[in-house]
Amino acid sequence: MEKRDLSEILRHHPFVNDLSEHHLHILISCVSNVRFTEGGYIFHEGEDATKFYLIREGKVALEIQSGEKGAIRVQTIGEGEVLGWSWIVSPYKWHYDACVIDDVRAFAFDGKCLRTKCEADHDFGYEMIKRFSQVLEQNLKAARYQVMDVYGR
Amino acid sequence: MNSNVGIDSMIPVHAHIRKIVWETEDTFTLLLEPDNGGSGFHFFPGQFNMLYAFGVGESAISISSDPSKNDNIAHTIHRVGTVTSVFSQLEKGDVIGLRGPFGNGWPVEKAKGKDVCIVTGGIGLAPLRPVLYSIFNNRREYGKIFLLYGARSPLDLLYRVELEKWGKMKDVTVQVIVDRCDTSWKGHIGVVTKLFSYIKLNTANTIAMICGPEIMMKFTIQELSQRGVPLEQIYISMERNMKCGIGLCGHCQCGPKFVCKDGPVFALPQISHFLEKKEI
Ligand SMILES: Cc1cc2nc3c(=O)[nH]c(=O)nc-3n(C[C@H](O)[C@H](O)[C@H](O)COP(=O)(O)OP(=O)(O)OC[C@H]3O[C@@H](n4cnc5c(N)ncnc54)[C@H](O)[C@@H]3O)c2cc1C
Ligand code: FES
Repeated sequence: MEKRDLSEILRHHPFVNDLSEHHLHILISCVSNVRFTEGGYIFHEGEDATKFYLIREGKVALEIQSGEKGAIRVQTIGEGEVLGWSWIVSPYKWHYDACVIDDVRAFAFDGKCLRTKCEADHDFGYEMIKRFSQVLEQNLKAARYQVMDVYGR
Repeated sequence: MNSNVGIDSMIPVHAHIRKIVWETEDTFTLLLEPDNGGSGFHFFPGQFNMLYAFGVGESAISISSDPSKNDNIAHTIHRVGTVTSVFSQLEKGDVIGLRGPFGNGWPVEKAKGKDVCIVTGGIGLAPLRPVLYSIFNNRREYGKIFLLYGARSPLDLLYRVELEKWGKMKDVTVQVIVDRCDTSWKGHIGVVTKLFSYIKLNTANTIAMICGPEIMMKFTIQELSQRGVPLEQIYISMERNMKCGIGLCGHCQCGPKFVCKDGPVFALPQISHFLEKKEI
């Protein structure tokens, strides 16, 4: 795909739609197009977190393996959302299994490539940190809310 | 509004249980027929009755049936404590006391000509079901309808058959999300506010109605206002402990407002100071 086409498609994703042209180009230098089919896994807990994904279509469930109870699903990530933040936080390991529950089309970004770009261009790095802090904040809020068991018995 | 405030409203009428529907493991719907056959019973969506378990006590329970029908008045009840546990043990044919209907109601008239976004969690769907019935009975008078519904788990979802039916209707979007589940659930998991990412609101022309735990309502209000829905177009239902139900005892007071009489539904600017505060 042409770089120009890619940047136009990427602009539709809420995570990057207000990113500067320059930073978008840096991101594009680490991107690939990916597809996953229902029932498959994108990554597993404990594996190296080498990527993050911007979901264009489909749905992924994050699972925790809980021994006897089997897998517990704690969050879904769908169209317009971001899958994975561990690429930016040392020691760069996944904390969940990511199971595809609706066929997924996504952009995958190479974590190592991006970390190098972040080191080389701190403005770009700061932009990434700002955006991923929001993802983390939302996850933290959601986790607290779930722990509170607001609809409880 | 159809609020009973005379002394008669302190005296319960007998209501016969015509049917009991178990919605989930701990939530059930009682279909009631008052002694007078229900013919004189009219209510607005959002109003509630005080239901009396004889010799035990009373609980405020919203009416969850279609306001255009006055037979078999539905009350969906979450078993949480003394009174609701007694209700959960009753059988078809048993009799309970009923006072009401009390309170104001949801702004179904004001919402005419507009899109309606209903955000609800847990038992909060019960008081909003009559809104949906009213809208569907007068479908052409409303724009797009969004129902965003959060529950603890898939097994805790109320009115599952109706949810599916509503979701297939034209210009009606039903999005459901749960807090936790096993791998058999293919729907959304997370906080109810996450569902806003999957809908497109025409914020200037939307009336939002929210009912659920206060913390859920707080997050939902933040989300709606960030998206540009004017605060005066956001309505919430407040829950406070009730005794008289008619503005006499002060049990349900929320600052200068009596939730039983001035509410339970409030436009946000009327009540936002008192969100998450206990009885004051
Ligand atoms: C306007 C209004 C409409 C309501 N509609 C419904 C409805 O449609 N369905 C339904 O199941 N419930 C509804 N409720 C809540 C219901 O009134 C209470 O859950 C019920 O009175 C509890 O009685 P209990 O004796 O079983 O519990 P209790 O033994 O009194 O208490 C058990 C637990 O429930 C909590 N509790 C008690 N009363 C309330 C309350 N009002 N709000 C929140 N928590 C409470 C207590 O703090 C305690 O933790 C409504 C309340 C109001 C004010
Ligand atoms: S319940 Fe008595 S004043 Fe509201």
